[in-house]
Amino acid sequence: MGQIQLKQVTKSFGDVQVIPPLDLTIEDGEFTVFVGPSGCGKSTLLRLIAGLEDITTGHIEIDGTDATDLVPAKRGLAMVFQSYALYPHMSVRKNIAFPLRMAKMDKAEIDRRVNAAAEVLNLADYIDRRPGQLSGGQRQRVAIGRAIVREPSAFLFDEPLSNLDAALRVGMRMEISELHKKLATTMVYVTHDQVEAMTMADKIVVLHAGVIEQVGSPLELYRTPRNTFVAGFIGSPKMNLINGEEAAKHNAATIGIRPEHIDVVESGGTWTGTVGVAEHLGSDTFFHIHNTGLAETITVRAIGDVSLTHGDTIHLNPRNDELHRFGADGLRIA
Amino acid sequence: MATKASRSAARIMMAPAVILLLGWMLVPLIMTLWFSFRVYLPLRGGDQGWAGFDNYTRFVSSSSFWPAVQTTLIIVLGVLAITVIFGILIALLLDQPIWGQGVVRILVIAPFFVMPTVSALVWKNMFMDPVNGLFAHLWRFFGAEPVSWLSDASMGSIIMIVSWQWLPFATLILLTAVQSLDSEQLEAAEMDGAPWLKRFWFIVLPHLSRAITIVILIQTIFLLAIFAEIFVTTGGAFGTRTLSYLIFQRVLESQNVGLGSAGGVYAIILANIIAIFLMRIVGKNLD
Repeated sequence: MGQIQLKQVTKSFGDVQVIPPLDLTIEDGEFTVFVGPSGCGKSTLLRLIAGLEDITTGHIEIDGTDATDLVPAKRGLAMVFQSYALYPHMSVRKNIAFPLRMAKMDKAEIDRRVNAAAEVLNLADYIDRRPGQLSGGQRQRVAIGRAIVREPSAFLFDEPLSNLDAALRVGMRMEISELHKKLATTMVYVTHDQVEAMTMADKIVVLHAGVIEQVGSPLELYRTPRNTFVAGFIGSPKMNLINGEEAAKHNAATIGIRPEHIDVVESGGTWTGTVGVAEHLGSDTFFHIHNTGLAETITVRAIGDVSLTHGDTIHLNPRNDELHRFGADGLRIA
Repeated sequence: MATKASRSAARIMMAPAVILLLGWMLVPLIMTLWFSFRVYLPLRGGDQGWAGFDNYTRFVSSSSFWPAVQTTLIIVLGVLAITVIFGILIALLLDQPIWGQGVVRILVIAPFFVMPTVSALVWKNMFMDPVNGLFAHLWRFFGAEPVSWLSDASMGSIIMIVSWQWLPFATLILLTAVQSLDSEQLEAAEMDGAPWLKRFWFIVLPHLSRAITIVILIQTIFLLAIFAEIFVTTGGAFGTRTLSYLIFQRVLESQNVGLGSAGGVYAIILANIIAIFLMRIVGKNLD
């Protein structure tokens, strides 16, 4: 079991309210990702759930019981920290056994659980080494190992992959997703990387300045962003948001069109401009286009290697059925 | 930039300092060694020729030698215990966010800036004086008989004075170590179900072990040679004669330079044994 419910939770540091009243339900077994730009309160929210910070007002319920005033250890949650927070003077085995030792579990049971965790995470080769002798990815696994031996009702991850290099990050992303499938335990994951959010989440919570902008599955957020913030934040490269006259043609204050929903055509097309920067990735090509008569630079994704370079003239045709329309208040117009 | 020319230039430029330091160390050392093998009584006939190992055997067989070694060890261990334990506690306290943190930290460090002679005199005359000292007044306020600290509790008093002087040093080193502890480690331990005392025992103390060994190493070297505090308070009486004080007495009070020098050579050997021993421990801890 691992259902977490936040009811009218607020958090203030002194006079500054970083999280205005917030309601959220995380269902049992769900992989929930908190995503948002840095300083949006996502880590604070995770720490409130963990109990490392006291909430100012409101209630937190875990599995239906009030956990607002429980100390972190009593909440049955395990956390993986950004810096891994391994104990440097203990071997990997002792690190993983630490929470069990604190729970005064008997030795045979501790050994059984540590060995089981080591097997799941392939730690056996370096179980007697110290954290200082391990690579970043290995440390990450040990930190996860220390979390899973407790058999918590939910896992909390605080930007666990941000210290790893790009290749390792993709690998660990898969491993965490697989772990979630295997354990079927609730996981709450904080990241500022929307790619991580899109690839791993069952449910994404987009946060901005402590406020939940939208909650939904990755594709829901991609297809129907509730407002211009979510529209601009989810998806890579960013959605083109166009204001002014062009938007007025569609009876909206702002229109949004994703780079992958604009076709490059030989001639004609709605917009014509010159290529600024062309990023050739092989599988795709991203063009940043100026002088279209619009105030904004337009980003376009073309499939494959399109041989247009800096200064070339390009004709664009946005797909009108993929257009997102937003009102003056930033909210989506259905 | 380690070309041949720059390296030899560096050597030439370093030479004066190295020669000065070597001279500073070697001249007294060789003089001590020389005198320790001479019968040298400045007021009773001066230098009277070779003594062989006479001075060495006389120094060790004297009835005051072993008590002096014991006194030295008690003072060193006593001060180390007090400064390390209270140093850790004060460092943990100073690490907490409090109002006026900067001022409090400077105040805590202040005793280290007071000269040993001055601090011992302040303690002797202002606190421990059995007639006019603050302690005497305090005792009398509660209707108790004032204690004549430096004669009745001489060792305790000296350990206290020296500890007061060295506590800031220990606190300072330990405070920087406490501050370098990653707060996420403590939070992880908290989530892992370790209450405050266990977090201290399993996380904070192992983290401090390196700083503690450094404090012990440096303090031991200095504490083996404390002199001023004893000179101005008890003058070596009431069982407070340490090895260094005994050497001083042999040279200046008994006017026997040969005997005192032999004691000095023993002190050098003793200090080196301890230093090597401690270096090993530190070396292990510094990996």
